[in-house]
Amino acid sequence: MAVVFDKPHALADVPMHYCPGCLHGVVHRLVAEVIDELGIEGRTIGIAPVGCSVMAYNYFNCDMIEAAHGRAPAVATGVKRSDPENNIVFTYQGDGDLASIGMAETVHSAARNENITIIFINNAIYGMTGGQMAPTSLPGQVTQTSPYGRDVNHCGYPIRVCEMLSELEGPEYLERVTVNNVKNIKNAKKAIKKAFQNQIDGKGFSLVEVVSSCPTNWGMTPIDALKWIDDNMLPYYPLGVYKDRSAEKEEA
Amino acid sequence: MATTQFLFSGFGGQGILFAGKFVAYKGLTAGKQVSWLPSYGPEMRGGTASCSVIVSDEPVGSPIVSQPDVLVALNLPSLDRFEKDVKPGGFIFADSTLIERKVERDDVNVFYIPATQLASDNGMPTLANMIVMGKMLKELNDYTAEGIENGLKKVISAKRADMMGLNVKALEIGASN
Amino acid sequence: MAEKVLMKGNEAIAEAAILAGCKHYFGYPITPQTEIAAYMAKKMPKIGGCFLQAESEVAAINMVYGVASTGKRVMTSSSSPGISLKSEGLSYMAGSDLPCLVVNVQRGGPGLGGIQPSQADYFQATKGGGHGDFKMIVLAPASVQEMAELTVKGFELADKYRMTSMILADGTMGQMMEPVELDFDIKERPATPWATTGTKMEREHNIVNSLSLVAEELEQLNFARYERYAQVEANEAMYEEYMTEDADIIIAAFGIAARVSKNAIVEARKQGIKVGLIRPITLWPFPKAPFEKIADTAKAVISVELSMGQMIEDVKLATQCKVPVTLCNRVGGMIPSPEQVLEAIIKANGGAN
Repeated sequence: MAVVFDKPHALADVPMHYCPGCLHGVVHRLVAEVIDELGIEGRTIGIAPVGCSVMAYNYFNCDMIEAAHGRAPAVATGVKRSDPENNIVFTYQGDGDLASIGMAETVHSAARNENITIIFINNAIYGMTGGQMAPTSLPGQVTQTSPYGRDVNHCGYPIRVCEMLSELEGPEYLERVTVNNVKNIKNAKKAIKKAFQNQIDGKGFSLVEVVSSCPTNWGMTPIDALKWIDDNMLPYYPLGVYKDRSAEKEEA
Repeated sequence: MATTQFLFSGFGGQGILFAGKFVAYKGLTAGKQVSWLPSYGPEMRGGTASCSVIVSDEPVGSPIVSQPDVLVALNLPSLDRFEKDVKPGGFIFADSTLIERKVERDDVNVFYIPATQLASDNGMPTLANMIVMGKMLKELNDYTAEGIENGLKKVISAKRADMMGLNVKALEIGASN
Repeated sequence: MAEKVLMKGNEAIAEAAILAGCKHYFGYPITPQTEIAAYMAKKMPKIGGCFLQAESEVAAINMVYGVASTGKRVMTSSSSPGISLKSEGLSYMAGSDLPCLVVNVQRGGPGLGGIQPSQADYFQATKGGGHGDFKMIVLAPASVQEMAELTVKGFELADKYRMTSMILADGTMGQMMEPVELDFDIKERPATPWATTGTKMEREHNIVNSLSLVAEELEQLNFARYERYAQVEANEAMYEEYMTEDADIIIAAFGIAARVSKNAIVEARKQGIKVGLIRPITLWPFPKAPFEKIADTAKAVISVELSMGQMIEDVKLATQCKVPVTLCNRVGGMIPSPEQVLEAIIKANGGAN
């Protein structure tokens, strides 16, 4: 019998703890496929965050490190610099981890053009702690800690990470993608692959922001959540390449 | 047990720490136990800098000099601050170009030398510190060509070896004034 | 034998670390320890190592965490307020059983405090240092030579027990220059099969992690860690005794306080007062043995500290309240003078002889 669909080698054969309809599984798979295709599993070290994907260290077959909340880019910096020629280092972080408590580490690793790959899952909510307001929660979005909707006069505006980092000289590559349909998933994989290839080529800091969902804490069915991405998230977080220094150079 | 506690003090930039290092290295190369402790922090930047040096035949206990045997004061605030601390029978060396007043105590040995003036007269404006060192070593009966050379060799980096002669000259000027 | 050179304590730490094979340093500027960073910035590029000025103390300790995960020798240094920022990382290092060296050149506190010498981080280093049950090996140098020697020792102990070694110095130790001989016998390091260096597709993946959501398992991890700590306590306590054989009065002091106390002891001996010094070199594990020994013979113990009285608690525990223990201290960046310590000795003696 012909095998038409298989688990990537870099993805561990263990049950994941994610909620039904969660897109972490999809993004994990894309990362694992890319690691397989680039043949880098044996020299890849992944850094898991604090947040829903905290146990990602169990889900990838490459060496893994669990970082303190928000500190993954600093840990990645250490790992990368311990053996810059051989180590391929990626972090996998959510919006609270990357854009709130870990913003300094994010910005400075980008400014240093640290040669690492960051997979940034933006679903506009704190999942693991049960649905609190995130730095990327939309204006008016109802969460456990913004029960009357995010009031921008009270707690400010969501942060558009790719746009913000694109103002820096440092980073090599910034792209925002989503994974709410087949076409978008294919694009997302292309971006993730490029983010790893950049590191292999020594080009530097590559961050892929994946606009994602959280059916559980958004209080929606998975299908409705996919639609909510299109209707609410993408207008605020437009997809696209925000920086691609090598491509810009070629054009120039 | 012979132990000499030095306190060097002056404006930041007068070469206080360098003079202290010279004395410490001079002791080290003569087989003595030594310590060198600078004041540190914002006072280094423009204010009064000081530095404790201990040269001893025994292991040095506390590196902090609170009652110096020898005080070298290169500016007035230094003399004002430390004059009272010098041990009775101790020594005070003062740059009389910059310190117009006299030492008030009569239980210490005081030597005034117009070091800043001498330095400028001799075309070595940055070496007033070493002129005072020359005077100090002479009065402490510790002025030997060999000791001076050993100490200077250690404090003057290889890159600045051309400064050797000028430093020796400054020490000589101090010793003969 | 290497030639004796005059070096600042901070520079001696940096050079000794390099000699010990540390090729990665991450830090953030803070007085009075910045010479360590400056030395590393100059030297590391020349030996194929990595000096990186981090964006914060928090980032620096996490960069250390990253390198430590790969099994390489790595260090950071800071001063009191910066160490507070690193405490999150110190807890994670302990939870992940990672070795590293951290230097705290203490300054007066709390808060921003001052920049002059202090020993007020004793509790933080020996009792706390972060959340959760954990210990660090805490080494307290009292000379520039020891700044260098304990740096090498700190790396060795960190590797041996897979834990953080902390050099707990103070501004005086960091800033002073003394003759140093940098001639070390660097031992071979234990293997690091746990390190995340890439599987090379030859083994199961390694995970460096401090998360354990099953309480029974986390309890066992803590028990196992404390068994290791018991080994450290049994084998690694270090101290110096000075004139204790016939002493009626014992001074307990470490670092700069011990140096000052030695001056006072010499003076007191001249006056016929039998006084000696126990100087803990490891603050954790605290050297209980010499204190247990003198508890039955001494008539008084004086703890000389640059704090409001922190080590004194360990001295009291070790002497089991068999002998009165008093405090002689200055704080906020002040250092007790030999005269002040002498006065305390005379008082403990019940007056001058």
